[in-house]
Amino acid sequence: MSLLKVSDLAVEFTANKRTVRPISDISFTMEPGEVLGMVGETGSGKSLTAHAIMGLTPLVGGKVFGKVEFDGKDLLKLSKFEMQKVRGAAIAFIPQNPMTSLDPVFRVGDQIVEGLRKHLRLNKWKAKTLALEIMEQLRIPNPKLVFEQYPHQLSGGLKQRIVIAIGIGANPKLLIADEPTTALDVTVQAQIMRLFKELTAVKGIGLLLITHDLGVIAQVCDKIAVLYAGNLVEYGEIRSVFKEPKHPYTQALLNCIPYIGMEKGSLTAIEGNVPTADNFPEGCRFNARCPYVMQECITDSPELIDLEGGARVACFKYQKEKATI
Amino acid sequence: MWIYVLRRSLLLIPIFLVISVVVFALIHLVPGDPIDSLLGPGSSRGDRAELLALHGLDKSLPVQYYHWMMGFLSGDMGQSIIEKQPVADMIFYNLPFTLNLGLLSLAISFFLGIVLGIISAAAKNTIIDYVAMIIALLGVTVPAFWLALILILIFSVNLGWFPVSGSGSFENLVLPSVAVGLGGAGLIARITRVSMLEMLSKDFVLLLYAKGLSRYEIILKHVFRNALMPVITILGLRLGWILGGAVTIEIVFSRPGIGSMLLTALFRRDYPVVQASLIFLTMAVIIGAFITDIIYAYADPRVRDVYK
Amino acid sequence: MSNISAKTRAHKSPWMIIVKRLSGNTMGIIGVFIIASLVLIAIFAPLLEPYSFKAQDISNMNAAPSASHLLGTDEFGRDMLSRILRGARISFVVGVASVGISVVIGSIIGAIAGYFGGIIDVILTSIADLTWSMPSILVALLLVAIIGPGLESVVLAIGLSYWSQYARLIRGQILSLKGAVFVEATRALGASNFVILFKHLVPNSLSPVIVAATIGVGNAIVLEATLGFLGMGAQPPTPSWGAMMSSGTAYLFISPWVIIFPGLAMMITVLGFNLFGDALVDIMDVKNRESNL
Repeated sequence: MSLLKVSDLAVEFTANKRTVRPISDISFTMEPGEVLGMVGETGSGKSLTAHAIMGLTPLVGGKVFGKVEFDGKDLLKLSKFEMQKVRGAAIAFIPQNPMTSLDPVFRVGDQIVEGLRKHLRLNKWKAKTLALEIMEQLRIPNPKLVFEQYPHQLSGGLKQRIVIAIGIGANPKLLIADEPTTALDVTVQAQIMRLFKELTAVKGIGLLLITHDLGVIAQVCDKIAVLYAGNLVEYGEIRSVFKEPKHPYTQALLNCIPYIGMEKGSLTAIEGNVPTADNFPEGCRFNARCPYVMQECITDSPELIDLEGGARVACFKYQKEKATI
Repeated sequence: MWIYVLRRSLLLIPIFLVISVVVFALIHLVPGDPIDSLLGPGSSRGDRAELLALHGLDKSLPVQYYHWMMGFLSGDMGQSIIEKQPVADMIFYNLPFTLNLGLLSLAISFFLGIVLGIISAAAKNTIIDYVAMIIALLGVTVPAFWLALILILIFSVNLGWFPVSGSGSFENLVLPSVAVGLGGAGLIARITRVSMLEMLSKDFVLLLYAKGLSRYEIILKHVFRNALMPVITILGLRLGWILGGAVTIEIVFSRPGIGSMLLTALFRRDYPVVQASLIFLTMAVIIGAFITDIIYAYADPRVRDVYK
Repeated sequence: MSNISAKTRAHKSPWMIIVKRLSGNTMGIIGVFIIASLVLIAIFAPLLEPYSFKAQDISNMNAAPSASHLLGTDEFGRDMLSRILRGARISFVVGVASVGISVVIGSIIGAIAGYFGGIIDVILTSIADLTWSMPSILVALLLVAIIGPGLESVVLAIGLSYWSQYARLIRGQILSLKGAVFVEATRALGASNFVILFKHLVPNSLSPVIVAATIGVGNAIVLEATLGFLGMGAQPPTPSWGAMMSSGTAYLFISPWVIIFPGLAMMITVLGFNLFGDALVDIMDVKNRESNL
């Protein structure tokens, strides 16, 4: 049974009498121990998807539709209390900004312990021992000393490790990391990524890695999901997607990456901007920027079709090409 | 940390000096003098001059100030011209009453204000928010003496739960403290609410939810602790204000206290008493602010480090 | 094909934005309603009052509320309702005038302190801090004692007691605006310091001051009542709510309405100003925090 099965996930916001759906028709699956990279430009809905899976959308006033099956249960149908038990225990979330994600007036060690005590029902001392163990596993230097520190006394990399420690403390089955390394410098980034790789390999934790950095995805992920303007446009095994991207957007993204040995000259960029949620065009949302746009792309929205090997793509051009083969 | 405390304490000295001068000047700007209260009808100019000289009031102002300061430094706050008692005695007699009233009122303001502020922030823009805010604001919208009178009407006259006036036992303290405390509650509730709302929109709250903590835990344990800082700051200042503002309450309830002592002395132009009381009350505000700053520096780990 | 989002709206004037945001804020609307009623009552009191506020009726002293005297009569047989309506006028004037004085003094001092900085700033800020640390009741009390009792003195005294918070607010705003580009530009055009300060910087600093002033009106009204209670305020027969409450104290057990009604009137009025002020905070997105202690 899959670890996570997301079907037709959509999120809706209403403000000033207008309703928008920043993400819709998101469907993908994850197996235990798998690393899925969710990639897209800023504003494509990656964080929103993560929040929706975690049940955090109502917090910001949104409504969620669709199905999120985790461990056999539909998370969206759980009560607030049941979801609280899932959050931080079975599914852990690492939010976007390690610099500001920790409570400034509590010691970091205590913040780890808090989660442990809540979900594992340990007493103070057992929880502290466990917290120190976890900190060691995450290669935090001098765990006993760091335990007593306050967030402002730690570097960005250390803070991120603490946030990860909070996340994995209760042995989650799934870890969702929202841009975990964007705010950190490159060397630290590499360390954190290595950490993630270890966690998934050694502990069998599934990892949903949200990022806009294709390089990171290439290093760590087994599968990739490409988001554009709130829609899932391509999904599949990392190697096949990188080698043979099926969706024009994916192709364009991969083209944008500079590589050693390329000709000197201008870098390719994708013309235009990602449409905002209150301004999605009719038809395929990429139609304004797609080099292969056809008549049907403007009038109809392509559906996600299943391909061999579990891959998926939503594109009329691809459908046409496949039909003619 | 201790160097910070020491530095701040030293600052209190020049502040005290300036306040004593300002108060002295202001008092002597008030027309009239205490001698008028002492003289009976039919006194002559000679009597007047005699009394003036007796109390040293015929000297120039700077000289008078000098005498006062010298006396103060040796522990003598002077003699009340009207009451003919040492001022120090008068203050020490009245102080406990005012202090009790002040502290209990402060406690009421604090707890009531914080509770209303938290409730109001947690239930933002619902009926509960509106009701809580209006209750909190009631203390601010009417003079404390009016609240006191209404309380007397309801609880003393109609219900007979508390005495109308007097001092000495706890029962006497309740109504006056509530009357003063309600006033402070409004301000604290407002500040708490604003601070809580600000904290609720911070990033770290997201991780708290992601951890699986309940809303209850998040608000009361984390958000509140963060929101507490500005509230603490205000609290220190409130003490001084309460002590000063207690004057009307002391009158309504016929309680002895620094406030009513000050007022009577003011009317009778009893300079030494007014001087001492005003300085005392003002320094209370300043010391209150000082203590609050120290507590603040200690309570916020970020600030604590700056001063290590 | 349009990737340009439809955000090119016509430029809305700040007043329209304020009104629009206010309409979503229930408490604010209630506040505005109360203030508007107060202003109307203040203006039209002579037309509204059933009796003259001065008319004494010794045969009808301390009468309970009845059909002929809706809110009862006071110790001289004067109609409470009429006196309370008149009192609205006084409260309004006292509130606005004293806050006006405070704001003007505070703005000038705060602006100079913030703009010129240095030793001037240190001196002025110290003076402001000192004034602020003395409880306003005591300051006002002293000032009235010096000037002499009466409504005008009270207004002046209250005005002089509260200026420091406005000074602090303006100073804070000016400190942050000082380095703005438009200041450089104006200076380059040859404007003198005075012009820059008072024609440009101060008007841009006013939002927290407006909020504080609104709530300040309420505080001033309450302070006037307290001073009246202590014998320093308006003299009879002036029907200020504070004076009514004060003289009514003696009759607390006989005819409590003499104290209750003026108090209720004040409560509603000051509540109105506070609600409106709080709504303004939300609307103007103002952080009502004074600069460092």
